[in-house]
Amino acid sequence: MAKHSAEVVIEGLKKILIKEKEGMDEEVQGKVEMFIAEFQGSMAASGHQHDPDAQTLERGFDFFKNKIFDKNPEFFEALAKKQQPRFLVIGCSDSRVNPPTILNFNLGEAFMSRNIGNMVPQFDQLRHAEIGSVIEYAVKHLEVTNILVMGHSHCGGIERLMELPDPTLTHDFLDEWVKIGLPAKNKVLEQCNHLGTEEQKRLVEKESVKNSMANLLTYPFVRNAVVNGTITLRGGYYNFDNGTFQQWKLCTKPMP
Amino acid sequence: MAKHSAEVLVEGLKKILISVKEGLDEKVQGKVEKLIAELQGTVPPSLEPFDPDAQKLELGFDFFKNNIFDKNREYFRELAEAQHPKFLVFACSDSRVSPSIVLNFKLGEAFIGRNIANMVPQFDQWRHTEIGSVIEYAVKELGVENILVMGHSHCGGIARLMELPDHSCSHDFIDEWVKIGLPAKQKVKEEANHLPEEEQLRLLEKESVENSMANLLTYPFVRNAVENGSITLRGGYYNFDNGTFQQWKKM
Repeated sequence: MAKHSAEVVIEGLKKILIKEKEGMDEEVQGKVEMFIAEFQGSMAASGHQHDPDAQTLERGFDFFKNKIFDKNPEFFEALAKKQQPRFLVIGCSDSRVNPPTILNFNLGEAFMSRNIGNMVPQFDQLRHAEIGSVIEYAVKHLEVTNILVMGHSHCGGIERLMELPDPTLTHDFLDEWVKIGLPAKNKVLEQCNHLGTEEQKRLVEKESVKNSMANLLTYPFVRNAVVNGTITLRGGYYNFDNGTFQQWKLCTKPMP
Repeated sequence: MAKHSAEVLVEGLKKILISVKEGLDEKVQGKVEKLIAELQGTVPPSLEPFDPDAQKLELGFDFFKNNIFDKNREYFRELAEAQHPKFLVFACSDSRVSPSIVLNFKLGEAFIGRNIANMVPQFDQWRHTEIGSVIEYAVKELGVENILVMGHSHCGGIARLMELPDHSCSHDFIDEWVKIGLPAKQKVKEEANHLPEEEQLRLLEKESVENSMANLLTYPFVRNAVENGSITLRGGYYNFDNGTFQQWKKM
């Protein structure tokens, strides 16, 4: 299949960059890189003609570039050198609960983890390196001062937790993951078994946040920071039926 | 210590919510929850220690509520019933690369996973249930049409991968996690070891995206969907030095 000529040019330029970089003037190098990016942009305009999803990404980035990036050059220059977020936020992967949108975080303000049911499992170096590394990086390297676990209404992960055990349907991963929330489910069922399923789900969504906050304390570097008062553990709950946000925190500092 | 009357009221209202039997009208319940939320916001500053970070969250939500939520009630009513995102996006936890901002995704458009260095490990039901469940839910339950792995410049996770092995400093989790990118590092070292460190890092950030895209194919439900054309695998790279975004797809 004949390659599009722009692709051929890009490949060639990339090879040149790799081979010749040592002796290449920085300005020239920068120009070549911009050239490649432009070429890829123009390919995008023609090559994405029959790829509406690629166009969505292109347009999305253009909006950001024109309205935000290009209008704040000093801000982005400083940000490129270093990030200093005050918050680590653990949110659900749910497309409707993006924490930077819901809580209006600007770029640079919140280090993010997103998973099913916004859950934090107990410290486990074998099974939970993914979230462990996010918490570790945020606490040890970025020295965040807040960890917020944010739950939400109509959470699919919590819904699955409520359905378990379910002999009619198995998953490769989902069921094993949401079981992290079992202590929360057990608590709600003990105290509120008389309530309807929907009400119970709302309660488990909140109780699961508390469960995850407790699990955070099984990470020694988190526990130390909380005990020292350098990190505040916060819980949050976004209800998108009525558009409300509740927040609470674990207090260790003595009240005045 | 005497409790503030708002606190007493909040506690009482919560007890009512829990103790009332199933017949509580949904509208009434919503109003009670709203009242609780409002009361929780009105504990006087004199009783509440000064908490600027809590205020920041409050103000942030107020901005969203006033400017976005309340102005699009119909949209949010539909969204509350079901989500139909076309994209599953894996992005780095880095505070500077939020995909919703950088790619201007509206709420409801992208199911998102975020971790150190936007990595996708190979299928492993024991060690990688967190990311496995995100991919599984997105593909099987939501039927997403695209999986985008988005890398970025100046990635701390990739920088750490480059430093390994490092006998002077160990981590509980980070090193084990970033090792997912070792095949990418090996490739860059083979092809571009003559380049300065910074250039190698830029190359590795992109090669690691390719590596993660390849790892996605070790998930049978992803592989099937890619083979029958119902999912497109995409790679992306956001360079915030020069403000560019490249994207490509796996053919």
